[in-house]
Amino acid sequence: MYNVKVFITLKESVLDPQGAAVKDSLHRLTYNAVEDVRVGKYIELTLKKEDGDIDQQVREMCEKLLANTVIEDYTYEIEEVIPQ
Amino acid sequence: MKFAVVVFPGSNCDIDMYHAIKDELGEEVEYVWHDDQDLNRFDGILIPGGFSYGDYLRSGSIARFSNVMESIYEANQAGKPILGVCNGFQILLEAGLLPGAMQRNEKLKFICKQVELEVANNETVFTSLYEKGEKITIPVAHGEGNYYCDEATYTKLAENNQIAFTYAENINGSRHGIAGITNERGNVLGMMPHPERAVDALLGSADGLKLFQSIVKSWREAHVTTS
Repeated sequence: MYNVKVFITLKESVLDPQGAAVKDSLHRLTYNAVEDVRVGKYIELTLKKEDGDIDQQVREMCEKLLANTVIEDYTYEIEEVIPQ
Repeated sequence: MKFAVVVFPGSNCDIDMYHAIKDELGEEVEYVWHDDQDLNRFDGILIPGGFSYGDYLRSGSIARFSNVMESIYEANQAGKPILGVCNGFQILLEAGLLPGAMQRNEKLKFICKQVELEVANNETVFTSLYEKGEKITIPVAHGEGNYYCDEATYTKLAENNQIAFTYAENINGSRHGIAGITNERGNVLGMMPHPERAVDALLGSADGLKLFQSIVKSWREAHVTTS
């Protein structure tokens, strides 16, 4: 089995209105050290171990569905787990 | 001319679209379920607004992989007119039939009101009955209508005359106030405002009707020979 963690963030060139609103709110809570906030998505996948390149499979999933690469970047971490 | 209104789980402007075509435009129209795999019998495809698949993940991202999409790609290959309104526009973007992507409105508010649009290009099958630069009133109802594309894509859109409508006042932060764009070939139009909700003066505006009449006009010119 694999546990895969996918992190999706807006590209740096894309404005993040949600992040800006969260930043304003943090400032209102007097966390004035906060200089920037970017809101993204975190997706967990559990995969059966099969033949084929797991890295390539996850990349395909990100490109096709999980991220919209026009506005989003993605990274992922793959961890193999042995079921007890 | 025979239209299909594509219905996804979560579509909610399908009935308005059907009404606009059947009762106001006076053309044939049928609902088509998202599992339908054959749209050959239709001359035009309408993808209505709503929240297909609950807008899960991203607006339009799940709908883009439904069974009906293959036949929408085929209709596109055949050059048939395809109109996506609101969520329909978002689906066309996710499907790659139109360039760019949609983001949350700049001020994060869901905007639901009549807005003024400018017809940026009247040389499309969707806008030929408007004047270039004509100001029309069409309602919007969206939380994610902030159109984004990179500068290279924008330049291409402008050079190819693919910008069909712009907002008279940029309500949602869209790049250069873009409200609707076509593909390069000009047979696919995506727009956030709802022309199907502006087809009768009783609804506050009938300015949307000309869009549908334009589609029928160009179809008739290409398909109906008068003897």
